[in-house]
Amino acid sequence: MKFGVVTFPGSNCDYDCYKAVREQLGAEAVFLWHKDHDLQGVDAVFLPGGFSYGDYLRAGAIASLSPIMREVTAFAEAGGPVAGICNGFQILCEAGLLPGQLIRNRGLKFRSRPVHLLVERADTLFTREYTIGDVLRIPIAHGEGCYFADPDVLDELQANGQIVFRYCDEDGLVSPASNPNGSARNIAGVVNAAGNVLGMMPHPERAVEELLGSTDGLGFFRSIADHLAAV
Amino acid sequence: MADFDVEVRVTPRRGILDPQGKAVEGALRSLGLSGASEVHVGRLIVFALAAGSEGEAAARVDEMCRKLLANPVTEDFDVRLRERAGSAR
Repeated sequence: MKFGVVTFPGSNCDYDCYKAVREQLGAEAVFLWHKDHDLQGVDAVFLPGGFSYGDYLRAGAIASLSPIMREVTAFAEAGGPVAGICNGFQILCEAGLLPGQLIRNRGLKFRSRPVHLLVERADTLFTREYTIGDVLRIPIAHGEGCYFADPDVLDELQANGQIVFRYCDEDGLVSPASNPNGSARNIAGVVNAAGNVLGMMPHPERAVEELLGSTDGLGFFRSIADHLAAV
Repeated sequence: MADFDVEVRVTPRRGILDPQGKAVEGALRSLGLSGASEVHVGRLIVFALAAGSEGEAAARVDEMCRKLLANPVTEDFDVRLRERAGSAR
């Protein structure tokens, strides 16, 4: 089982993902350079957090056109698991692999703190280790994390069960007060219709050891590993 | 061929929350400069373009806007084209 972590210029969570895979899953991980056209035979791809291309034009816009993204898109279209975290989520939206867009936080502030997430889907390949209704404590760190899509797109996401995580309080209550960035319907993470491409603003790779303050992100990595082991 | 000066104005779509615009609006008010409402902050992209005709230039810029310069999910764009004097060749 081999995981690939794409490194764009300006990625800064690539090593965290790499380390989570190696140390917590004991699996093989490789870095994939943004200029390469080779996915090195990986079984799953992570697009990590950071500020690819300095967020020029729009967060994720330039990275979505980098050479490796052609391979990532083909891999995703063939059913391969692709997870975008934070900047990775922005890139997936800009690449058209996920609907919607991440825009400036409602309060304008860069938000860097732990938040609570309600698990709404526990049958995706990214969340099978969780249970519906689980409340996870995982950090966010972003200035452009406000999820936006047209109301009919949001209705479709809801109807298809594509909303995987929502911002909530520690008791699991989803409300405007528990929304850190103004995201539509408190959306923190979505999957595509096929279920193999996920984007989320919170950072599970920063919640995989007690030392980091939470281990609630472990289930995310273990879910993908379980899925790959079962394929 | 002729050279065109191109200006692309990209603005947040009306009705979509634009916190930057809101902040600027509040700052104007705090300066005592009243009357400004519906403030939106966008960006201006300028470049030179060589094209065979104005129609061709317009079509190419439109494609550039749709594929990269604007995100149709949240942004509108407006293109202004001006042929450089004496640039036809």
